Amino acid sequence: MSENNELTESIERYLNGEMTKAERAQFEELRANDASINKKVAEHKHFINLVKQYGERLELERRLDAIHDEIDVHALEDELMIHPSWVVRMWRNHHSKISVAASIAIFAALCTLFFTGYLSNRETNYVQLKRDVSDLNHKLDKANHTLTELNHSGKITVNPGNFRGTGFAISSNGYIVTDNHVIVHADSVYVQAADGKSYRTKVVYTEPVNDIAVLEITDPSFKPLAPLPYTFKKTETDLGEGVFTIGYPKDNIVLGSGFLTSSTGDRGDTTQYQISALLDYGHSGGPLLDSKGNIIGIVNGKQTRVAGAAFAVKTSYLLKAIKDIPADSLNKPLNANGKNILAGLARPQQIKKLENYVFMVKVYNQ
Amino acid sequence: MSKETNSGIPTDSEVILGILNNSENVLKRLYLAYFPMILQLVINNNGNTDDAKDIYQEAIIVLYNKVKTGDFELSSKLKTYIYSICRRLWLKRLTQMNRYGGDIKDFQEFLIVDDETEKNNERDIQFNKMGSALQQLGEPCKTIIEDFYINNKSMQEICEEFGYTNADNAKTQKYKCLQRLKKLFFQQK
Repeated sequence: MSENNELTESIERYLNGEMTKAERAQFEELRANDASINKKVAEHKHFINLVKQYGERLELERRLDAIHDEIDVHALEDELMIHPSWVVRMWRNHHSKISVAASIAIFAALCTLFFTGYLSNRETNYVQLKRDVSDLNHKLDKANHTLTELNHSGKITVNPGNFRGTGFAISSNGYIVTDNHVIVHADSVYVQAADGKSYRTKVVYTEPVNDIAVLEITDPSFKPLAPLPYTFKKTETDLGEGVFTIGYPKDNIVLGSGFLTSSTGDRGDTTQYQISALLDYGHSGGPLLDSKGNIIGIVNGKQTRVAGAAFAVKTSYLLKAIKDIPADSLNKPLNANGKNILAGLARPQQIKKLENYVFMVKVYNQ
Repeated sequence: MSKETNSGIPTDSEVILGILNNSENVLKRLYLAYFPMILQLVINNNGNTDDAKDIYQEAIIVLYNKVKTGDFELSSKLKTYIYSICRRLWLKRLTQMNRYGGDIKDFQEFLIVDDETEKNNERDIQFNKMGSALQQLGEPCKTIIEDFYINNKSMQEICEEFGYTNADNAKTQKYKCLQRLKKLFFQQK
């Protein structure tokens, strides 16, 4: 240990230049001959330098701290801080909390909507335009009953039925299209032509998804119609096109007209158009025509919240439905081709020609 | 030095000379001149005043050491240099604290600097080791070492201070202490 101390002392004296000339020469010789001593000198020098530098660093830091203490940091801070708007600061400091709060709020709102039935309550906004006639008064019912009995042949039935809608011919030999919701749950379906004659029909095809139903007049008294005066437009119709429909919300034919206002129906339903037309219950199943007399859709429903917003199923879905009818359910060929003779006519003439092809659909059930 | 230059922002060459001459006045003026700039940088980029102080002092020490060792070459304005170093240090610290949002709001033009802060970091690690080795050394060793090697007191003064009967005893004690300090220092990782 003491030897070690002596060596260290020698190294220190050597490094500090405290040795005499003779001592120095002797030490340098020792250093040159013994590599381990030479290494120790270097190590000691390095270490002591580090200690000294450490001391200097502490001293410098102390000086800087002293200077720093003279600065009024808070005044400077207020001056130099960019004050973003409180919204931004709020967001920066609390964005996680805000996110959680927002999530909870959205969740709560959705729950409320769900439990109040808002989300499933399509019917409050959207009603299908079939007419419920069951509220007709008892007296009239009775009178009709006697009438039916009187006209035993059944060619003219004045019984208004339980529900009522509209349908129109898709071929001259007695195929009629209407809305599926009009005839659903029906025990029997009759159609009544503009001249007042009723015919018994059979439902040959339904497509509930697109709300389309095809009826066939099975009544032997039915005489084929003249060729259809309209054609079915296969392509989509543009917004702003003037459109009209005729149908039977009451006992005689009623015109509804307006414009095509949207290429999608209720809640973005792409199978439908939205139209602006004041339609009543009973218009369901009526043909929607453009100004040139092409059939572009089947009237389907309306929105209760927006006055005059109604919907019609696009013709392309009707044509698809016609194609999809199984061949064995058809008794006669279904030829949906017509020749448009309405194009150049004024609206009253168009309607006169159309009348014979639009039927009141009467539905009976228990 | 004339009276007018004793206050206000020192010129860049004044700073270099002042550091070389250990001028307290220049150091103070330098510190006061650019601290607001760095405070602005830090507090507007997710930091507080203490962060600004740490960063700024670190940068001043980098500058100080560079000037002292003579390898400082001023290639831009000193202001830009200090700002760039602080910006670099602050970005590094923000990343370490996971508070770096991907962009930093700048208030000055700046240069890309990196090597000197790395070198300084290496030195900081050594100093931290030395600091904790001295703490572990305990009294009276710590004071003896500090007095002799750092404060350059003579063995005679130390001898009187600690009441050693003769200088040889004090010397032996000092070498024992140094031995232990070395051991503690190199033991650390």
